[in-house]
Amino acid sequence: MPRMSFREALNQAMCEEMERDPNVFLMGEEVGHYQGAYKVSQGMLQRFGEKRVIDTPIAECGFVGIGIGAAMVGLRPVVELMTFNFSLVAIDQIINNAAKIRQMSGGQFKIPIVIRGPGGAATMLAAQHSQSLESFFCNTPGLKVVMPSTPADAKGLLKSAIRDDDPVIFIEAELLYSEQGEVPEGEYLIPLGRGDIKRPGTDCTVVAYSKMVRLALEAARRLDKEGISVEVIDPRTLRPLDDELIFESVRKTNRLVVVQEAPPHSSFSGEVIARVQRACFDDLDAPIERVTSLDVPMPYAGHLEAMVLPDVDRVIAAIRRTLYLE
Amino acid sequence: MSCPIPGEVRPLAEDDPALQLRQILNEEGEADAGAVAALGLGRQELLRLYRGMLLIRVMDERLMSLQRQGRIGFYGEARGQEATIIGTAAALGERDYIVPALREAGAAIFRGLPLRLYIAQILGNANDVCKGHQMPCHPGTRAARYVTMSSCVGTQLPHATGMAYAMRLTGDEAIVVGYLGDGATAQADFHVALNFAGVWRVPVVFVCQNNQWAISTPVTLQSAAPTLAHRAVAYGMPWARVDGNDVLACYAVMREARMRALAGGGPTFIEALTYRMGAHSSSDDPSRYRDESVTEAWRSKDPLRRVERLLERMGILDAAGVAALRASLDDEVRETVAAEEQVGPPPLRSLVEDVFHAVPPHLEEQLAELLPLSRQPVGARTHG
Ligand SMILES: Cc1ncc(C[n+]2csc(CCOP(=O)(O)OP(=O)(O)O)c2C)c(N)n1
Ligand SMILES: [Mg+2]
Repeated sequence: MPRMSFREALNQAMCEEMERDPNVFLMGEEVGHYQGAYKVSQGMLQRFGEKRVIDTPIAECGFVGIGIGAAMVGLRPVVELMTFNFSLVAIDQIINNAAKIRQMSGGQFKIPIVIRGPGGAATMLAAQHSQSLESFFCNTPGLKVVMPSTPADAKGLLKSAIRDDDPVIFIEAELLYSEQGEVPEGEYLIPLGRGDIKRPGTDCTVVAYSKMVRLALEAARRLDKEGISVEVIDPRTLRPLDDELIFESVRKTNRLVVVQEAPPHSSFSGEVIARVQRACFDDLDAPIERVTSLDVPMPYAGHLEAMVLPDVDRVIAAIRRTLYLE
Repeated sequence: MSCPIPGEVRPLAEDDPALQLRQILNEEGEADAGAVAALGLGRQELLRLYRGMLLIRVMDERLMSLQRQGRIGFYGEARGQEATIIGTAAALGERDYIVPALREAGAAIFRGLPLRLYIAQILGNANDVCKGHQMPCHPGTRAARYVTMSSCVGTQLPHATGMAYAMRLTGDEAIVVGYLGDGATAQADFHVALNFAGVWRVPVVFVCQNNQWAISTPVTLQSAAPTLAHRAVAYGMPWARVDGNDVLACYAVMREARMRALAGGGPTFIEALTYRMGAHSSSDDPSRYRDESVTEAWRSKDPLRRVERLLERMGILDAAGVAALRASLDDEVRETVAAEEQVGPPPLRSLVEDVFHAVPPHLEEQLAELLPLSRQPVGARTHG
């Protein structure tokens, strides 16, 4: 299987889908001549031309809205946001329009759009460039939310997202773009709403997604040396959520830790925990733990930022608490 | 004080060409026979325009009173604006798309949305193709290529530009019309939509129904530009100012804009100057904030009366004919309302439909939990 970076996997997914379906096109700031702010669209302008790889003026509410309009009449736009922080400039288009037009029209107008780009913290970019906004989108009926953690998942999920008939919010972790991994060639599709066991284990379940999967796997490796077996579940799609996979795991391990980079209040981890306590109440041997960012806007200074974000030690500590080892 | 501030905007002289409105049918209902003939509208077509306008008037009267009786939740009239709506819509082809604002439902009916379905949408009953999901006056009909309205003022305009981009990408020989009010011209979405349309030269026509009010905010508070059409200059697109109470002039400017768009000439901005004769909506009382003597003055510019005079002069429809047509439309509306009021609500299952392309399992579960619970319609709930 070929090895490639996360960004190459995304690029391959988009190119394959654009070859396959003339209705797919890519639009965003700097996606064409500059080849993408993070070089995800490398070579696409040369390959598909200016009509299908479109450099837009700087106005997120404009090109997200334009994508929605194009989707209403049958196209399948992929809209790249330079980062998801700027989705907030287009939030009315996403939440009031993309998420609702199908329902308000009684199914007459569908919005098969993918809105994608990097999200989450990179390094020392402060409050307006470091946000994990997925909970925001997850709280909106009508949207699907995808956050892949590996190059292979990125390819398989993006292809499915582009073919999906509903609006998909596809958040890529900026710090994962250069991550290498094996990626299946050609027609490789991962259904939206199917999670993955990234590491099997028996003592504690850790649910993590996007770059938090790396923390969870590292925590599992370290704890393995102490004889603690951690199962890492990556839902991959936050909405729809593969809760059965999580329930099965918790029924086996009787313990759960949820790890997210987003701040804690009213967030995705709360949804996972609510579902698990209802479905697996009798299976739980310890209170459910979660590891999240601190509930503050992201500070700039490096040592402060490091304190805000989840890290391996905090994940390990949470797992140990569920085992009453702390 | 003789030296102007650089960039100063001076008030335009009254006879400045930029302030002139295109007009064919004047306030007395007179028109130059040659100008009318040049439109290529036959007698049947003129009658059809009038019928479309009259239906809006009659429908608004009936449905507003229904709202007053508490039989529907909300209503927004288009009284006084019938000429802009029908004149511009009549110049469109079947394949063209309409992206409406609040007051263009008459255009959907004119383009083939059955009155029955329009009323069903207002009642939110089982016949409503939108399944009781959307507010009154926000119909959507794929068949008539009339998109379900977005309530957030101005947000529909980028959609119109995007649809026009799609027309060009797919080679569809069609244009898109994005309607808006004067208030919407202050929204960010208005600017981005026009900016993108100008840069890309896509086949879209923006029709601004300047009815001079945005709820209680007068148009003078929306913009410091001499006219709303001045905005178009900054986005590099042609514009037209038209007497919005003149159905023939509205038809003419839209026809020109459409031809230009189809020929690859890009977008146009049309400002149709009209007046909101009624309240903003059923939730509003304009006598609290505006001088209704101005409204009275606009009665002499009534768009319907002008067409009636023209039709009479052309021997197409006399006063008795007008009265008979009005009565028959009124009957049709009353009968349709009566019939649709008998229809029950949409099935409860429609609650979970169309949120996604297929009903997801978690919604099936939530519905199953809800179904055994007793429920009352919201209107029947008692407070306190
Ligand atoms: C984004 C947004 N802000 C405020 C409102 C409330 N609102 C509804 S209609 C309206 C005025 C619109 O005025 P205009 O664009 O002139 O259209 P008109 O009602 O005159 O047809 C306002 C402020 C809204 N629907 N959406
Ligand atoms: Mg107005």
